[in-house]
Amino acid sequence: MVQKLDTLPETTSQTAGPYVHIGCTPNFVGIHGIYETDLGGQPFPDDAEGERITVTGIVYDGTGTVLRDVLIEFWQADAKGRYGPGAQGFARRPSDLETGEWELKTVKPGANGGQAPHIAVWIVARGINMGLQTRMYFEGDDHSSDPLLTRLEHQNRVPTLIAKDTGNGTYRFDIRLQGEGETVFLDM
Amino acid sequence: MTLIPRTRSFQPPAHAPGYKSTVARSPSRALISGPATATEQTGPVFGHEVLGEHDNNLILNYTGQPAIGERIIVHGRVLDEFARPISGALVEVWQANAGGRYRHKKDNYLAPLDPNFGGCGRTITGEDGSYEFLTVRPGAYPWPNGGNDWRPMHIHFSLFGSSFGQRLISQMYFEGDPLIARCPIVNTIPDQAAIDRLIAPLDMTRALPLDCLAYKFDIVLRGSRQTMFENRMEGL
Repeated sequence: MVQKLDTLPETTSQTAGPYVHIGCTPNFVGIHGIYETDLGGQPFPDDAEGERITVTGIVYDGTGTVLRDVLIEFWQADAKGRYGPGAQGFARRPSDLETGEWELKTVKPGANGGQAPHIAVWIVARGINMGLQTRMYFEGDDHSSDPLLTRLEHQNRVPTLIAKDTGNGTYRFDIRLQGEGETVFLDM
Repeated sequence: MTLIPRTRSFQPPAHAPGYKSTVARSPSRALISGPATATEQTGPVFGHEVLGEHDNNLILNYTGQPAIGERIIVHGRVLDEFARPISGALVEVWQANAGGRYRHKKDNYLAPLDPNFGGCGRTITGEDGSYEFLTVRPGAYPWPNGGNDWRPMHIHFSLFGSSFGQRLISQMYFEGDPLIARCPIVNTIPDQAAIDRLIAPLDMTRALPLDCLAYKFDIVLRGSRQTMFENRMEGL
């Protein structure tokens, strides 16, 4: 026998399940009176500096079916590339229970530490055993020296990480969990 | 400080066909691993101002009238992989009521809703990483997967550490529940010890006589290493 490491293993993940909204966005599913507002409703105050953008998207499974029970979290720097303070830059969005579309209204992040502007994306739902980590970059930005994007072996998958500019400050970012056009998921 | 890469060998794989919903919702390509950047090493910090007075009391927080069920305290500590307490961590929980029914329009199980049970709660860990909730023990319930699959009694936990790369959602199970070993969701976990770490023991030292029982559930989030052989140490 060798000496024991005195470290602890990370707690095992389990799916967030079909009722994740009860815990994370209760007002969204009609549970009122416990929390005044759902957490992560507004990533930045109204007077925050920067370009206002609206990103919409849908999450698809491997059969092309829309996920209507997904919860997505976002974490990003402000327009100057700074993280924080507090919970500023954090957003949480349920997909619409009927259409599956989600919408994020935020400010466009600035570059941080040599990375191109991006938003961290974390996806949980029934059937997802451990939250899926990915990133949203933006069409029109310079990605030529971004350390993550330039390092991907399969450069033909880079577009899955880039939100399409649909004009007037709007972007589209669909996520495909599996199969053709599968979004790049991260382990960082 | 650098987040330690995740050890995935005891985490459930994305594709775990015993839990049928994973089959179409699991990525088929390998995850892209890489060092954590500022994006993963920072994260939202929630202050106590987000908390309401009864946020961690699921028995009272919906209507102010007590929910029906077996009264329990669930308590524990949030630690990192070096067993250091994580203070200021937001802990969110949600669960079925004592009959095994969720307050959700998509749950149409036979068991009735409890008019006084909403089913969610939250708190922020103290200096020593500790947290506690007062709630009712959730019931087991059937779910569409195999022909006769039942979820063991469980409470869903959502954890924010100090960085977004530590983000974790899991479930707490109860000591002695015979449904744990039969559960397809539990059995997505490839390692028995990792399953055991999700099972909260009865903790009579924290049970309140003539009031409630208690269960202890500690949670470990990813740690950050600090070595002078890598980057500058924090603050230097």
